[in-house]
Amino acid sequence: MVSEDLDIANKNLPAEQGPVQYVNELTTLNLGPTHPATHGIFQNVLQMDGEKIVSSEQTIGYIHRAFEKIAERRPFYQITTLTDRMNYCSSPINNMGWHMTVEKLLGIDIPKRAQYIRVILMELARIADHVVCNGILGVDTGAFTGFLYIYQERENIYEIYEEICGARLTTNMGRIGGMERDLSPTAIRKIKELLVRFPKILREFENLFNRNRIFMDRVVNVGSISAERALSYGFTGPNLRAAGVDYDVRVMNPYSSYQDFEFDIPVGQSGDTYDRFMVRNEEMWQSLRIIQQAMDNLPEGPYYADAPQYYLPPKQEVYKNMEALIYHFKIVMGEIDAPVGEVYHAVEGGNGELGFYLISDGGRAPYRLHFRRPCFIYYQAYPEMCKGLTLSDAIVIMSSMNVIAGELDA
Amino acid sequence: MLTNEEVAQTIINQFGEAVSDFDDPYDLLTFSTTRETIIPLITYLKDHQTFQVGFLTDITGIHYPDSVGKEFCVVYHLHSLTNNFRLRVKVYLSADDLHIPTASPVFASANWMERETFDFFGIIFDGHPDLRRILNMEEMDYFPMRKEYPLEDATREDKIDALFGR
Repeated sequence: MVSEDLDIANKNLPAEQGPVQYVNELTTLNLGPTHPATHGIFQNVLQMDGEKIVSSEQTIGYIHRAFEKIAERRPFYQITTLTDRMNYCSSPINNMGWHMTVEKLLGIDIPKRAQYIRVILMELARIADHVVCNGILGVDTGAFTGFLYIYQERENIYEIYEEICGARLTTNMGRIGGMERDLSPTAIRKIKELLVRFPKILREFENLFNRNRIFMDRVVNVGSISAERALSYGFTGPNLRAAGVDYDVRVMNPYSSYQDFEFDIPVGQSGDTYDRFMVRNEEMWQSLRIIQQAMDNLPEGPYYADAPQYYLPPKQEVYKNMEALIYHFKIVMGEIDAPVGEVYHAVEGGNGELGFYLISDGGRAPYRLHFRRPCFIYYQAYPEMCKGLTLSDAIVIMSSMNVIAGELDA
Repeated sequence: MLTNEEVAQTIINQFGEAVSDFDDPYDLLTFSTTRETIIPLITYLKDHQTFQVGFLTDITGIHYPDSVGKEFCVVYHLHSLTNNFRLRVKVYLSADDLHIPTASPVFASANWMERETFDFFGIIFDGHPDLRRILNMEEMDYFPMRKEYPLEDATREDKIDALFGR
């Protein structure tokens, strides 16, 4: 007799003392470095209890390219190529931000036409950035269609870039002191066509997602963050606005004539994935508004500042004009004598406040250049945001945060 | 709107000798302080009734190998979103005592910024919850953003400065 009250034949078991006790054991799950859903190279080691994430440890720096160190040896013009490669979804914003930083250091005033052209290009870049982010968020939740249709428009934006500067991804757009060339008639035509065509596609995209039952089940109340925590974590841009703080560099510290335009700042409430998605969608509409106003009121006049010692002259001038040849040689050989000083300039990048902290000691290259990269600063909140959620939630949170590996690692 | 003079005067009244070198390059209030004062200072600015400097924009480091006793500098960019007021605080450190208290209890975002500063300059943030390298590999035994490490390999003959106008 094993036990008095154990009668298996009649299925009489001893009285239970509560539910069966299991040993709690955490599963270690390695998400990354090259997981297709991370859209970049960063590793997350998740500790999971069943399918709930208990904690996660991030490893970043897989594509760290020492940009700040390289920048210490390069003349100001050559640093433009480094800024391209940070947030490679919206290169023009980085280029313009860098040029504006140098112009602030040198004290150059930019003519209105160049400022408006910059605004148009920056807003196009913002649209491209948000198209990538929201399209990919759709893909991560399983909706491939919206991504396919809206990526056609990103292609069209890249064609506009091509028309303006010849490159598509790493644009190198602009010059210190203005633009390298005026908007060509083709570029103007393409921008106007985009203004007509893109709203329809964006409306279609929104109809597909905004009240979609499957999509909302996946993203509503996933990865919420309170405004207070978001500020403490240094969130900026759409992620902070989704949490309910209406901080936008374009409104707070207007640069490049942003004060001339009327646009709204979309603000979310709960800071969850759905709010981030909606804020980005609405920002695309606002960007279209800004582009429309800028195209309608594009002022006449020169497209570069009257600063021959800093503005790289057009190549046709160099062949014909002695002054231009001399300045061209000096600028290319890096003999710009920059004033001594330190500048912090921030622009509203694709996903937050993109800041450039430049210290010049009067040499041909910056003494120290630091990029305030929004991604790098808000990605550290990721473990806190996906705590207690499932793995599928962790994927959509990462997509909606728009973590760009190039900007994260610089 | 806060003015630089107003904020500077308040900070001087509060901290006296511990803050110095007030300047405003390109209209951004800049001053230096000591490492004992930096955490009370940013806490004071954060909790101040009217300033409400509740946003840490950036922490980074600078290396000045030629200035004796002030070889390293940690730069804090702070931003008051309610008043739209930015300020920059610098703390100079000497090369043989690279310690500064961490700001991560005050701002959660300081965690990775300080890790990055440690990674590149070797400045040690006392009390930091997890002070490891972040962008470079763990096995690295030097701090690459210091000025004594040239970007190019110094032994190469085809990359001398004279050929590049440097």
